[in-house]
Amino acid sequence: MKRRPSFSRAVFATTIVFLSMPLLVLVLYSFNESKSGSWTGFSLRWYAQLFLDSPRLWRAFGNSAIVALSSALVATVIGTLGAIAVNWYRFPLRKYLRTITFLPMILPEIIIGVSLLIFFSGIGLRLSLFTVFVAHVSFNLPFVFLLVLARLEEFDASIIEAARDLGASEAQTLVRVIIPVSMPGIVSGFLTAVTLSLEDFVITFFVTGPGATTLPLYVYSAIRFGVSPVINALSVVMIVGTIILTWSSRNVLKYIAAK
Amino acid sequence: MEARKLIDISMNLPHCALRIEDGSDSVAGPVSATGNGLPRGRALQGGIMECGGAKKKTVKGSDVVIEHVRKSFGEFKALDDVSIDIRKGEFFSLLGPSGCGKTTLLRIIAGFEAPEGGSVLLDGQSVLPLPPDARRVNTVFQNYALFPHLSVFENVAFSLRLKRAPEAIVKARVSDYLALVELQAHASKKPSQLSGGQKQRVAIARALINEPSVLLLDEPLSALDAKLRQHMLIELDSIHDKIGITFIYVTHDQQEALSVSDRIAVMNSGAVLQIGTPQEIYEAPATDFVARFIGETNLYEADVTAVSGERVDLLTAEFGAIVVTATNPPPAGSRISWTIRPEKIRIGHTEPRAARDGINVVSGVVAEPIYSGFQSKFYVDTASGAQLKVIKQHADWSDEGPELAWKDDVWLSFSAEDAYIVEVRR
Repeated sequence: MKRRPSFSRAVFATTIVFLSMPLLVLVLYSFNESKSGSWTGFSLRWYAQLFLDSPRLWRAFGNSAIVALSSALVATVIGTLGAIAVNWYRFPLRKYLRTITFLPMILPEIIIGVSLLIFFSGIGLRLSLFTVFVAHVSFNLPFVFLLVLARLEEFDASIIEAARDLGASEAQTLVRVIIPVSMPGIVSGFLTAVTLSLEDFVITFFVTGPGATTLPLYVYSAIRFGVSPVINALSVVMIVGTIILTWSSRNVLKYIAAK
Repeated sequence: MEARKLIDISMNLPHCALRIEDGSDSVAGPVSATGNGLPRGRALQGGIMECGGAKKKTVKGSDVVIEHVRKSFGEFKALDDVSIDIRKGEFFSLLGPSGCGKTTLLRIIAGFEAPEGGSVLLDGQSVLPLPPDARRVNTVFQNYALFPHLSVFENVAFSLRLKRAPEAIVKARVSDYLALVELQAHASKKPSQLSGGQKQRVAIARALINEPSVLLLDEPLSALDAKLRQHMLIELDSIHDKIGITFIYVTHDQQEALSVSDRIAVMNSGAVLQIGTPQEIYEAPATDFVARFIGETNLYEADVTAVSGERVDLLTAEFGAIVVTATNPPPAGSRISWTIRPEKIRIGHTEPRAARDGINVVSGVVAEPIYSGFQSKFYVDTASGAQLKVIKQHADWSDEGPELAWKDDVWLSFSAEDAYIVEVRR
């Protein structure tokens, strides 16, 4: 048997430790009895407090869920249609549209946050959960667009002509051919958008209004007064949730691709 | 159910002549059955089934008249005043090198491109205002264009599903057409699980199930390997015999076009150079381009010295005085191009006796013998420095004497009837 060189083993081990240690510490401390940094004994009291006595946290979570799902949905619809248009139709400024759509992805978030804030105040829109939703749609859009476009580019435009040739109207072609063909891209675009929206702090910070606190904003404000073990407990819940979601979405994608 | 009947009967039609007086279905109901719910009367006017001994069993479909069609992409003229009459039930090929406009013309008929001028008539009615889905025309695409997310069955059923046909009819029709292309066993497979030839057959079944009056085939065999191509070509021909509708077949492969077409239009640079049967195109090419593009040929220029009837005496730089034939001989003094096919030249070690008038004899040296099993090809240098291609079939060794080898002195002879004047220069 060939032995691996010790250097690459060391790199591998260090990487794994640096990646997972913080998470392990977090999980561990969520079960710590005391609030201080030293281990005093196993307890579930922070979980009890998280689920039974944290109304503001859950309100923030609710806001995040609403914004994540709605903005991901809207971004998926617009992004998908945009990708279809750019990929299969020929119209003026097509190439520029493609580049412009990618812009929010490359720009630093802080610039997007500031520009959105200026835009909203410019048109006199009061900051609220709605402005957060609009902001999230705008930064989610390029990701959906990119993922769907990547999927569409694998297919020959002639399947659209084939559908038209076989008697499908433009709408029927969209529903029966284009959307099913790009479904894996659409699903992964949607899931990416949900994730990005759930975790966004910077842009949300700029465009949020009174009473429209999202989960990342709540955590940030809570941590300013010292790390609460409740946040640790919340983090563990979210890690577990993410693992389940990732695993199931992979299976969903596989199922769609195989169908 | 009417549509179902069409297939069954069309496949079993007796080989007899049948005259259809008008759109009534009293004589040949199944023949007039149309799948798209369009008026059926027009499709049949003057339809005569030509079968008596010929290979065609039924004649259906539409005639396609292309008149003065023009199309350009920017500066590039893809079609420059193209006019073609395609008859009902014909297997018609558009043949030409890539970029000659043949695919553009097909896409105009299908409705994917709009011409800048001219008209396209199906049974006398212009189809140009109609979108692709409203035309009684279906296409078999070069790269198959199967729907990757649907099974073979659903690919073929696609157009029936669009019309919301009842499940029982869909099942029956799809299995009929899968049977036609011999793919029943693969109905539940995905396109990605099929071989190239199978994909092509799905594409054919999918296009035919709609019962178009014209089937457009855009280089359907170009992605297949040579052996499979031969096989599919024969299959296409037999499908055409069974279904009997008009086929318009686009290809750059002259062998394909020659072997299956009723008629061929040879195109180059957006123009039609010649329309004719495979024999006409091969034996009497209208232009130098056609002569060079179809098969192999020897093409030379010469001056006409004398004309008597169809017999024309030429003075060539390469072979001195020779005799050729022309149906419309140009007057003496004309500058012309003429051709002789390589397989029409006899080659041998001994000087042929001029058995009769009108045999041209040339001597030369074998510059390059190319053996290819069933035949050999020789490049023969003549005394004047010209090179002639000669193809010799290996038919009967006993008669042939020693094999011709490199640097052998040989005699070539060809008859005036096999040499044609192609173009008149002036």
